[in-house]
This record gives sequence, C-alpha cells and structure tokens, in this order.
Amino acid sequence: MATTASGPITAGIDGASVTSELLTREDRVQLLRYMLLMRGVEERALNLYRQGKVPGSFYDGFGQEAISAGAAFAMAAEDRLCVLHRDLAAHLVRGVAPGRVLAQYMGRTSGLTDGRDGNVHFGDRRLGCVGMVSMLPDMMPVANGMALAFKLRGERRCALTWLGDGASSRGDFHEAMNWAGVSRLPVIFVLENNQYAYSTPTELQFAVDPIARAASYGVHGETVDGNDAEAVFAAAFEARARALDGGGPTLIEAVTMRMHGHAAHDDMRYVPAELVEHWRARDPVELQERRVIELGADAQELRADVTSELDAAVDWALEQPMPDPGSAARGVFCEGAAEPLGDGMAPFSGYTREAL
Amino acid sequence: MPEMTYLQAIHDGLREELLADERVLVMGEDVGRFGGAFKVTDGLWDEFGAERVIDTPLAEAAIIGTAVGAAVVGMRPVCEMQFADFVACGFDQLVNVAGKMHYRQGLAVPITVRLPSGGGFGGGPFHSQNPEAWFMHAPGLKVVAPATAADAKGMLIGAIHDPNPVLFFEHKHLYRRVKGEVPPGREETPFRARVAREGRDLTVIAYGAMVWSALEATEDIDGASVEVIDLRSLVPLDEEAILASVAKTSKVVVIDEANATCAAGAQVAALIAERAFEDLDGPVVRVATPDAPIAFSPPLERALLPQADRIEEACRELLEY
Repeated sequence: MATTASGPITAGIDGASVTSELLTREDRVQLLRYMLLMRGVEERALNLYRQGKVPGSFYDGFGQEAISAGAAFAMAAEDRLCVLHRDLAAHLVRGVAPGRVLAQYMGRTSGLTDGRDGNVHFGDRRLGCVGMVSMLPDMMPVANGMALAFKLRGERRCALTWLGDGASSRGDFHEAMNWAGVSRLPVIFVLENNQYAYSTPTELQFAVDPIARAASYGVHGETVDGNDAEAVFAAAFEARARALDGGGPTLIEAVTMRMHGHAAHDDMRYVPAELVEHWRARDPVELQERRVIELGADAQELRADVTSELDAAVDWALEQPMPDPGSAARGVFCEGAAEPLGDGMAPFSGYTREAL
Repeated sequence: MPEMTYLQAIHDGLREELLADERVLVMGEDVGRFGGAFKVTDGLWDEFGAERVIDTPLAEAAIIGTAVGAAVVGMRPVCEMQFADFVACGFDQLVNVAGKMHYRQGLAVPITVRLPSGGGFGGGPFHSQNPEAWFMHAPGLKVVAPATAADAKGMLIGAIHDPNPVLFFEHKHLYRRVKGEVPPGREETPFRARVAREGRDLTVIAYGAMVWSALEATEDIDGASVEVIDLRSLVPLDEEAILASVAKTSKVVVIDEANATCAAGAQVAALIAERAFEDLDGPVVRVATPDAPIAFSPPLERALLPQADRIEEACRELLEY
C-alpha cells in the first residue's frame, strides 16, 4: 500500500482489477493509450522547450496521467469539464488532437487559443471543456455554475473540475464546497494531491486534510490511489452516478506525486529523493501497461502506434505559422451570438452501449 | 407610458426578462424570499420561484463564478452584489475568469452583475464606493451606469442580451429619488452617451448620479448655455459623442463621484487631450472625490463627494477662463 505524508491511501490497490465489471479490455487499453499519449506529448513538448520553441516555461503532469485520464474517461459526452494544467489526458480523451496541443505550447495558430494563452491553459469549447485560469481553484465555482444549470433544467448531466492540494487553502475552495453542499449540485471535484504546491508540502498547507473536511460541507468524500487510472475511473464513475441521481457533490482525493518540478525551470531540490523514488516505482503508466499485458494486449504495438502518431503531430505542429501580430488585440469581446459549450468525446464503452 | 422610479425600472427590466426568456436567472444574497437589501427584486421570488430567483450563500466570488459556469452552458444569469463595494471579494472571478474567457478560448460569458453603488446617505467606507474604474482597466468587461429610470431598464435589458460580461452600476441614491416615464417591453438602450441637456458654451461630462448634480449645478450660471453629456457606458466609451460635444463648446468639465485617480473622468480627460487639443479654449477641468475612503459622518461625506456648488464653481471658473 502506498503512503503519503498524511497517511496511507485508503482505496485502490496496486494491480487489482477493481473495476472489471465496468471496463472492457478495450477500455483498459484505451486508458493506457491516453496516458501514453499524454506522457508522449509532454516529453515532446519538453524537448521543444529545451530547443527554445516553447516560450515562457513548461508545466507538465508527469506521474499524474492516471488522474485526468481516469476521471475524464468516466464522463459522458454531455458532461462538462474544467481542466487543469496537469490534466492533459482529459483533453485527449475529449478529442483534442495532440498536434493542436503542441502548436498551443509553441504559441502558434491552430493551437487552441491562437497564441493567446500558453501551456494547458485552454479548453476546446466545442468539446465541452472550459480552460483554466492560473488562480486556483477558480474553476470550482465555474463547475458549480454548470452543475446548477443542469440541475435547474432537470438534465441528467454533471460538471467536473480538477484542483490541487494547494488550491484547497484558498477561499474559492470553501465557497464552492459550501455552495455545492447547500444546493446538492451534480458536481465532481477531483483533488490531485501531488504532495507539493510549487515548493510547499501539504503539512504546511493544511492542518486538516481536505478530504476530511468534505463531510462537514455536505460533500461526499473519497480517497483513491491517484496512480491507478482504473481506481480514479471507478471513483469518478460512482460520483457521476451519485450526481445524476440527486445525491449531490463528491470530492475525490487522488493521491499522487508530482514527479517533475513545478515547471521546467524548477529542479525541485526541495523534494526528498526517497519520496520521488518511492513514487517512481509506482508509475501510473507502467501500472496500466502491466494490466493490459496480463489481459493479452500488445503493449509494444500500442507504444509504436502512439510514437508514430506523436511524430506526425510534432511535424504538423512545427508547420503551423505564428499568429499575426495585427490580431493581438482582437477577440476581447464577443461580437456575435454567444455559443455555449458543445459535447466532447466519451470513449468509455459503457456510454457507447448507451448510445446504441 | 408608465412612470416609475429608477428602482422600479430595474425591477421591471428583470421581470420582463424573466417572463420572456427562461434562460434568465436572478441570483444573489437575499434577493429571493426577502426581495433584496434594497427591495429591487421584491416579488420576483413569489412570481418566478426559488429556482429562478436564487438566494445564494454569502459568497461573492462564488456568485460570480457560478454565474460564469451557468452562462457557458446556456443560461443568462443576472447576479447581484448586495453593495458594489462587495465586488472586491469577487474581483478575481470577474477580472481573470469572466473577462479573459472570450479572448483566450472564444467562449462567450453572457452574465450581468448588478452593482448598487455610490454614496450620499451615510453609508461609510464600505457601502458608498464607485468602483467602476477597477473594471474599466480589466479587458473583456463592459461597464455601464444609467442615470435615468428609462435607461436603468433599457440598459439592464441591453446588459442581459449582451453576449459579454456586463457590470451594471445602479446608483443607490437614485433608487427612489429619480422618476420618469419607462417604456413597456424589452427594448434595449444602447451603450452610447446621451445628451442630457444641449448647450453651446461649456460641456459637463458625467454619469450615474453625477448627471443629476451636473444638471442642477448648471441650471443657471448667469445664463450660460451648458451642455450635459451622460456617458451611460464607460466600457465601451462613446468617444465620438465626447469629441463632438467638445468640438462644439471648446470647454469641458468632467465629473466623477469616484475617487479621482484613474477614474473614468481621467480617461475622458486623456481622450480629450489626445484627440481634441485643438478644439479646446481652456484646460480640461475635473471635479471628483479626493483619494480618500468615503467617510461616514455627513459633513465629512459631503466634503468628499462632489456637490452641486463645487461643480457650479468649477464651471463658472472655466466659463470665465
């Protein structure tokens, strides 16, 4: 069992098929594929950053791939997501092409913001995603608002946002948790406890673990192994069912480790080496890979497919032009009609069967 | 045409929109069952129910953030800050989330934030402010401030129909003091300036409650013909209307009830300096609240907020320049 600064993880067991009744073999391979894609996109982007092709700094989610992949995989097309900066797999699950993400990192056109924002600060509105802002956890009230609209309109849908351990110290966390509890909103908060907010460890962040606070807000709380994509999926799937059935909000604490610095400029020498080593042995991509190999899937072939997809994505992204400086001040205001968010992809076989 | 107070006109605008468009929601602290701290929403909870006129927790950031979320999935939320001063607690959600959303990701945020603003009745430092300029400086937010009952309704309807976040500054001191004919229906008043009184010798530029102070102060300055421009909207700012009036009169007094530094009037003065310098026959004169919190005690408050006699004095001096 994995441990954290705040104690043992209470749910999710390494290698166990906790969700076999929900996930088909193909689903499990898909989960691995999205995690491999996320890791691959970020590795390529880090190289591009080192070549000077990515301006600013570069933020990744190395070691946290299971959380965005697993939670997004549990969402239906009509659900809505606010995606954070270590959650690239969520965008990929919803249908964003890797090449567009790479163009985004490089500040090029054909990215997701036409160079107006960088890193994973984006959301493809056509795929039901709202991009984050750097003030955390500002997306919690926004997710509440989407959930409130669904509830008022009597729609069986939910909203989900991720947040970090550091974000739980800010007032928006309290305001959003409180309101979600008061109005029993169909909303899911996935707290990625990756042990550090930049350099600040959780013991300097809070005296009471956020998950222990959930019940006091009237929010269902659950801790899962954040390095187990299927455990995260199961928790998000259950939280979604609870939300749709009128059971109200859920806070899922996914315990993990930020395996890279806060950003590419940070060597994270403040993190004890043994902590990193402990978590390196629990790599979420390797865990899922072992699972699908046991199920007889050809992981080598999958890796090769992902590699060739990413090779093509990098080539494509590098061909995209930089934006026209004359357009820099355009688009501040919406001049036409407001278009709400569209539906994203929902590759989980359970939803495919529903659609059929 | 029915005659209404400024407050009744805002209520009427909300009611018309709630009736006509099921996407419209009213939300805020005490706006539902209680009818709002100023009774602007009185009766709407009874007529439309708790799901459309929503009593929220005391949480300004969450009220604005929740409105943003509801808006991007198709609703048209109108949220109330109980006092404009309290928007400081929701500043981040407006400036960083709502204001930058369309520029960054092409996602429109059609929310209206109602902000009961202004002083003149002993509200003290936390219930009297005019924080319009905080948001003029933040890209992506529209900032409007009606002066008349008809505009209060028409501009509120315009704000609700607008696909962008609109900050609707309604002046508390006008709620029950100002009355006028208000057209029925859902016609929008455009976010453009209005000539409140035509004149030839001097232009006074104001918005909100200061429009009335300007009209009162310039009613009779030794027979001078004084034009009063009601800006109505600060973002977008009707630059052409300002420049046209300056070209006509060549003398300008700009009034702010807000604190002077970087106020809306400072932007107007800068615009005139840049684009109408050749038209001027005298310096641009500003009358504004000094850079101090709005004091509670009546003589102190009166000393801070621009009064009609101070405006009259400024106009008189400029006319004689």
